[in-house]
Amino acid sequence: MSEAVLSSGGEIEAPGTKGVADDFSRDKQVFGVPWGKAMMWIFLLSDTFIFSCFLVGYMSVRISTTDPWPIPSEVFALSFGGDPIPLILIAIMTFILITSSGTMAMAVNMGYRKDRNKTFWLMVATAILGASFVGMQAFEWTKLIQEGVRPWGNPFGAAQFGSSFFMITGFHGLHVSAGVIYLLVVAFRVKTGFYERRGGNYEIVEVAGLYWHFVDLVWVFIFAFFYLW
Amino acid sequence: MAEQGQQHPIKIYLWIWLLLFVVSFFSYMVDYLQFQGALRWTLILIFMFVKAGFIVAIFMHMQWERLALKIAILGPPVAILVLIWLMSYEGLYIEDTRLEYYGESTMEPQTPAHH
Repeated sequence: MSEAVLSSGGEIEAPGTKGVADDFSRDKQVFGVPWGKAMMWIFLLSDTFIFSCFLVGYMSVRISTTDPWPIPSEVFALSFGGDPIPLILIAIMTFILITSSGTMAMAVNMGYRKDRNKTFWLMVATAILGASFVGMQAFEWTKLIQEGVRPWGNPFGAAQFGSSFFMITGFHGLHVSAGVIYLLVVAFRVKTGFYERRGGNYEIVEVAGLYWHFVDLVWVFIFAFFYLW
Repeated sequence: MAEQGQQHPIKIYLWIWLLLFVVSFFSYMVDYLQFQGALRWTLILIFMFVKAGFIVAIFMHMQWERLALKIAILGPPVAILVLIWLMSYEGLYIEDTRLEYYGESTMEPQTPAHH
């Protein structure tokens, strides 16, 4: 924001650090955003710390183990009849999650345009992509468990690989599953005109979108540190 | 502006969407082409931060929020760097003690069987 803008009360909101001082010191709500959005951001901030703790824990055990760390590129390779393709399922899952992030961003946009039908279908598409992501993760877990990967050991190398994998991807998968339910609830409320009866405010779609983009964001870090490193 | 919500042209979302696909493809290529060592880690981190930046700035609309919210949300995670720094030293120390008391690992890494 490079120039001063008018707040709803008609006061001038200064940009930059002056604006920060104003926002925090004036006798008013600090963040000029709807309550639900501020709370979602704060929740996501706390979630950031939870996922960071998992990833830092994973870093610690990977550094401290003297056994060789299993090579993710080989462990997560999948063969479709021919030679195994490294990390292919994880790549597909990544693309699915990015696609779902895109449809969600469009849903938020359509929500503000008050196009209820498009918002509904885009959110349903997002939820379906999210559900297929969880399905692939279940497949991945099944495959690894069949190959003998356990939280306390595995045939490929350092024992800590299993516990890191199940904790990190499991907690992320739980977030995706919760997100799918959350999105479907909001989508059907958009469809049935629930928000229309509450003043036609579609901020809630953006708040749900924040959660969904966060799930994608966490996957970016998991993909980089767990699967690629 | 905050009262009217985050209303932006669709074009910008489509562009970011496309860029995320391209950058994800690049990060997959890092593994596929088997880059190793410092080059691998640098590329992984660059692509990771580019993707994370696009998602937070555009998809989550952080770019258009007021500075007070940006600072309140993006500031605290910086503390995680301290945790990373501490735990990496701790991890190296534990590895050293393990090597000293238990010796080198005799475990051989195995290639998983594919189905």
